Amino acid sequence: MSYQLSLAPEVEQYILQQLEADFPNEGCGFFFGTEEENGQLRHVLLAEAVVNGKEGDQKRRFEISPLDYMKAEKKALELGLNLLGVYHSHPNHPAIPSIHDLKQAVPYFSYIILSVQEGRAAELTSWRLNEDRGEFEAEEVKRNNLEALPKKELI
Amino acid sequence: MATLIIPTPLRKFTDQQTSVNVDGATVQAAVDRLVNLYPALKQHLLDQDGTIRAFVRIFLEDEDILALDGLNTAVQADSTLSIIPAIAGGINF
Repeated sequence: MSYQLSLAPEVEQYILQQLEADFPNEGCGFFFGTEEENGQLRHVLLAEAVVNGKEGDQKRRFEISPLDYMKAEKKALELGLNLLGVYHSHPNHPAIPSIHDLKQAVPYFSYIILSVQEGRAAELTSWRLNEDRGEFEAEEVKRNNLEALPKKELI
Repeated sequence: MATLIIPTPLRKFTDQQTSVNVDGATVQAAVDRLVNLYPALKQHLLDQDGTIRAFVRIFLEDEDILALDGLNTAVQADSTLSIIPAIAGGINF
């Protein structure tokens, strides 16, 4: 199965700027959008940063609080979008899912990973969990011409 | 009947429903009813001994049931329970 994830330019910029600013810690957030072709193609129209709630070493770990997760699900319903997945950064590490990423992965979600090297955004990848094989499959990341959802429309 | 909010990743197991109404006087009873209705959910919610998986949290309104009475937390007819997957990760080392 071949998955594709298309990013609106403003959304990609938002993610890059946030995760560069979070360096040297791991930053994270949710992203929302639409999907077609039975879920094989996803269009990311909105990203929203959340606090890394990990107690301890945030240079190596991130954690999203249950209440922030609930807010994201609520936002998706209110906006009529799908909660498509989670993004996070790998400070000074490759944008490849770790054993920890895999252990915590849930079905359906796309997982965007951004490698941030010495504070500068490097490679951006995206992945989906193949439950049958217990491993991640890479999504082809494309850039689209879709308009990101304006932040001012959010309450 | 209490309302159980189904997180996006698990909706494919509930015929894409975002919420399910279930009977149950406790959280345990409500979850048991849910997995009886949708057996494919069971492996994602429960360990083999029937307890809630470590990677899953359940909230009653805005409170984690771990801070209440756990699975024995009482559920009212107008209660909203939210199933929340743990979202975490990090680099390898």
